[in-house]
Amino acid sequence: MKDFAFHRPKTLAEAVALLEARGDAKLLAGGQSLLPVLKLELAEPSDLISLADVEELGDIRVDGDRIVIGAGCTHDTVARSVDVQKRLPALASLAEHIGDAQVRNRGTLGGSVAHADPAADYPAALLALGATIATDRRRIAADDFFKAFFETALARDEIVTAVHFPLAKRAAYIKFAHRASKYALVGVFVAETAAGIRVAVTGAAAVAFRVPAMEAALAKQFSPDAIAGIVIPADELNGDAEASAEYRSHLIGVMAKRAIQACA
Amino acid sequence: MTVQGVGASPKRKEDRRFLLGKGRYTDDIVLQDQAHAVFIRAPYAHAAIAKLDASAARAMPGVLAVLTGDDVTAAGLGGIPCGWLVKSKDGSNMVEPPHPALAIGVVRHVGDPVAMVIATSRAAAKAAAGAVEVDYDVKPAAGRIAEATAANPPLVWDQAPGNICFDWHIGDAANVDAAFAKAAHTVELELTNSRVAPNAMEPRAANGFYDAASDHYTLYTTSQNPHLTRLLLAAFTLHVPEHKLRVVAPDVGGGFGSKIFHYAEELMVLVASKRVGKPVKWTSDRMEAFVSDAHGRDHVSKAQLALDANGKFLGLRVQTLANLGAYLSTFASAVPTYLYGTLLSGPYDLPAIYAEVKGVFTNTVAVDAYRGAGRPEASYLLERLVSKAARQLRIDPIELRRKNLIPADKFPYQTQVALAYDTGNFQATLDMALERIDYKHYADRKAASAKRGKLRGLGISTYIEACGLAPSALAGALGARAGLYEAANIRIHPTGSVSVFTGTHSHGQGHETTFAQLISGRLGIPIENVEVVHGDTDRIPFGMGTYGSRSAAVGGSAIVKALDKIVDKGKKIAAHLLEASVADIEFADGLYRVAGTDRVKAFGEVAFAAYVPHNYPLETLEPGLEESAFYDPKNFTFPGGTHLVEVEVDPETGVVEIVDVASADDVGVIINPMIVDGQAHGGLAQGIGQALLEEAVYDGDGQLANDSFLTYTMPRAADLPMFKVGNHVTACTHNPLGVKGVGETGAIGVPPAVINAVLDALAPLGVTDISMPATPEKVWRAIQAAAGKQA
Repeated sequence: MKDFAFHRPKTLAEAVALLEARGDAKLLAGGQSLLPVLKLELAEPSDLISLADVEELGDIRVDGDRIVIGAGCTHDTVARSVDVQKRLPALASLAEHIGDAQVRNRGTLGGSVAHADPAADYPAALLALGATIATDRRRIAADDFFKAFFETALARDEIVTAVHFPLAKRAAYIKFAHRASKYALVGVFVAETAAGIRVAVTGAAAVAFRVPAMEAALAKQFSPDAIAGIVIPADELNGDAEASAEYRSHLIGVMAKRAIQACA
Repeated sequence: MTVQGVGASPKRKEDRRFLLGKGRYTDDIVLQDQAHAVFIRAPYAHAAIAKLDASAARAMPGVLAVLTGDDVTAAGLGGIPCGWLVKSKDGSNMVEPPHPALAIGVVRHVGDPVAMVIATSRAAAKAAAGAVEVDYDVKPAAGRIAEATAANPPLVWDQAPGNICFDWHIGDAANVDAAFAKAAHTVELELTNSRVAPNAMEPRAANGFYDAASDHYTLYTTSQNPHLTRLLLAAFTLHVPEHKLRVVAPDVGGGFGSKIFHYAEELMVLVASKRVGKPVKWTSDRMEAFVSDAHGRDHVSKAQLALDANGKFLGLRVQTLANLGAYLSTFASAVPTYLYGTLLSGPYDLPAIYAEVKGVFTNTVAVDAYRGAGRPEASYLLERLVSKAARQLRIDPIELRRKNLIPADKFPYQTQVALAYDTGNFQATLDMALERIDYKHYADRKAASAKRGKLRGLGISTYIEACGLAPSALAGALGARAGLYEAANIRIHPTGSVSVFTGTHSHGQGHETTFAQLISGRLGIPIENVEVVHGDTDRIPFGMGTYGSRSAAVGGSAIVKALDKIVDKGKKIAAHLLEASVADIEFADGLYRVAGTDRVKAFGEVAFAAYVPHNYPLETLEPGLEESAFYDPKNFTFPGGTHLVEVEVDPETGVVEIVDVASADDVGVIINPMIVDGQAHGGLAQGIGQALLEEAVYDGDGQLANDSFLTYTMPRAADLPMFKVGNHVTACTHNPLGVKGVGETGAIGVPPAVINAVLDALAPLGVTDISMPATPEKVWRAIQAAAGKQA
C-alpha cells in the first residue's frame, strides 16, 4: 500500500470541499472494496477522506411511504433496523446476506451504491424498488444512476447522502452467491410498489439491469409460471471461471421464479 | 493438578496462548536491526530472462541488496534437492533437473523467484522490487498434464523428453492380465484427481540471521520438520555444518504438508543475512502463497477392475499421469509412487494389481504432499471404481464392499503392492458408519427430499491408509534419501517436573497435550508438570518432523522408549532407597513399591535423589534422570474405516448440499479422544473442500486462474453439516502405544464418498460421471447433458 493523506471531516460540506481540493482523493465509506484495491496497489490515491465522522449520513427514518437510509449506515445497521425489518423486510434480508459479518460491520449503503460493483446486492434493490439516490446536491432516480461497469451518474466530487426506498406491497430478493467471494453471481429482486411491479438483476452483467419482459408478464399474472420462457440471452451476460454466461442466464430464471414465490 | 493419561480428553494446553492471540509465529519474531525481503516472481509460466537490471532498485532509499540467479551461482549454493529417488520400469533414475534458489536464465512457472530485494523495511523492499527491470522472452508452456503429454509438447526441461520425469510401476502385470482374461465383468473408469492449493492459515515465512562473530546461522521458519530443513541446508544447499546452523520452527499455523519441504526462501534469507549483515525476514502474502507453496494431488488416471460372476474382485489395472510441477519438491516423486501405488489394494482382498505411474513435468508450481499425500488419490480412484462397479453390476455398493473387504480374521494381510497390513476390522467400521447415519431409514429421507424437489444421494467410501512413516530400511530400499525414525529426550527435573523434547512438530495437532498425557499417565504426575518442547534444532536431539500421521505412532513411540528407560533407572534408585532388590520394585501410579508391601517412594522423591545423590548408589549408577531414545518403526500403521455422506442436489441450480456425514475410523488406540475428533473434523472439512469447493485452476499456458480467496473457494462452517464421527479401535500390533494415526483420515476417506453420493443422487437422471470439485455449474451441466442424451 502506498502512502496517502488521511482526512476525517465532520460535515458533508467539509468532505465536499476536501474532495474538490484534492485532485486524486478517494472517499472512504467502509472500505470493504477500496482497502483491498489499495492493498494490491491497483489504486494509489493521494488522499483518503473518511466519511465515518460525518453525522448527516447516519440515520434511518420512515418518511410516509418511503424509508430513507443514510449513506453511512452499515449493512449490519440496515439488517438490524426494526423499521427496515418491519416495513421493507426484503431489504433487511438483502443486507443481512451481504458478504460476511466483517463486511457487514464496516461496509456502508452509500459506499456500495457509489462503488457500483456489478456483483453487489444493493443495485438490484434500488432498481426494483425504484429508489432515489440523494447526494449533496441533487436527487437521482436509480434507473438513471447505474450507468455502466463501476460507473454511476455521480460527478467526481459528488457524495451520496441517503437512499430513499419506496415501501413495497410485496418484495423479495434471492441471491445465488459466488461460493468464494459471496458476491452475487446472480441476484434477482422482485418488488411491487405503488409504481408497479419491477424485476432487477445484479451480478449477471456489467451493470445491474431491469427485466421489462418479466415485469410486464408479472403485471398480468403475479406467479412464477408467468415468467417461464423469459430468457435473458447469454451473450448479454458475464461469464467467468465460476459461472459461464449460459449458467448465469439459466440462474436468472430460477432466481426470479424463487423471488416471485418468496413474495407471495 | 491431575494425572491425565491415555484416553483422557484434557483441554489443549497450547490453546491458551493461541486463543489469547499470544502465539509466537515466525512473522512475530523481530530481531535487532531487522531487514526485510521480497521476492520478484515470474509472471509467465515459461520464459527466458532477457534482461534483469536492478541498478535503479539498488539506488533506492533503504535498499540493502538485490540478489539474482547470478548471486546464487557465484555463492556456490546448491540446488534444492529431491528427497526420494524413484526409478523407472527400465531401472533408470528419474530425471532430476536443477532447482536453483533463484531462477538462472529461465523461469519455469508463474511464481518462480527471479530476484530478491532486501531493504530496511518491507515497504522499501516492495517499492524497490517495482523498480527492478525484468524483460522476458516468453516461451510456449505446458500448463497442465494434457498440454505436457500432448504430441510434441513444449518441454519444461530439455533433459526430460515428453516431460516425463519417471515411468514407474508396481505389481504384477501378468497376474493382472490373467485375472482380466477370466473375469466375468470388467469395469472401466477415467478420472482426474483435482489440483488443490494447501492454504494453511499462516502463510510461509522465514527469518534468517547470520552472526559474523560466531560464524553461526539461525533460521526461524514455518516448517513441519526443522531438523530436515537443517539437514538439507547443511548437506545440499547452504553447505554449512549442523553445529553452525540452528533452525527454529516456532508456532506454525497449519501445514497440511506444504511446510514439510525445504523452500528456496529459507536458504535465501540466510544468504542475504550474511550479505547485508542484518537479519532478513520474508513473509509470504496470500497471493504469493498460491504460486509458491507446493500444491497437492493433480492426477489423471485410467482404471479397470475385473470381477468374477459373484462380484468378487479379481484384478485391478491402473495407469496414472501425476503432475509434478516444474521443479521436484522434497517428496514430489514419492507421493504419486510409493505413497499411492502401494495403497491401491485399499481395504480389499485384491489378488492381482498392476499400476503404472508417469511423473509429468508441467510449467506450474511444484506438486508435493498435501494432507494424505498419494493415499487420497488411491482411495479416490478405488472407491469411485468400486461404486461404479456396483452400479454396473446392479449390486448394492455396500454389499459389493462387504464381499471384498479383507475379513477381520485374515490379518496380517499381505497386499499385492508391497504393504503388509497388520490389523484392522473393516466390517466393524462399516457397520458403525451405517448405524451412525441411520442407514435403515435412508429411503424415508430420500422420499422426503424428493417431496421438496431435491435429489438425495448416499455415497460410501471404505478406505485404508498407510501412516507412521516409516521403517527406515524399507523406505531406503525404495529410494528415500533420509531415515524416517523419530527421537525423544525426557528430562526429569530435580523436583519431579518434566520436559520432553520431541523431534516431531506441532502445527495444530495438539502434541503439547497428547505427548504430555503420555508422560502424565505413565509417571503418574500431573499433566501441568509436563512441558513438551518441539521445533528447535538446538534443544532437541534430532527428528524427522510431522507429516503422514506419524507423530504419535513414531514420535510417541520414541517417547515411550525413553520413558521405559526413565522408569527402569528410577527402579534402581528406588531399590537403593528402599533397601530392596531391583527385581522386587514395581512402578505404578507414580509410586515405586517393594512388591507386596506398603514400602513406597514417590516418583518425585526418586527424581530428587537422582539430582541430590546423598543416599545414592554412585558406584553403579550415574546421578541425574534424563534419557533419550530413537525409535524406528517396524512397519507402517494402517488406519482405515468407512465414510458415508448424504447429499441433496437441487436439480434446478446444480447446488450440492452436504446434509449428513458419518465417519467410522480405526485409528488405533486413542490418546486424546477430543483431539482425535478434532482431527477427524478437520480432515473431513478438507476432504469435502476438495470434493465440492476447491480447485487450483491452471490454464493451458500455465496461468493460475484463481490465486486469492476471492475466487478460490475454501470450505467454511456454513458449507458443512455437524459431523458424526466414531471410532472402532483395533490396536496397532507393532508399536508400544498401539496407535495408528488420525491426521489424514478425513481427507483420504471422504472425497470419493461425496462424489459417490452426488452420482447416486443424479443416477436417476442418467448422469454417470462428475469430477471434483462438483461445482453447481458442473452438476447443472451434467444434468443438462444427460437430459439431452435421454431426449
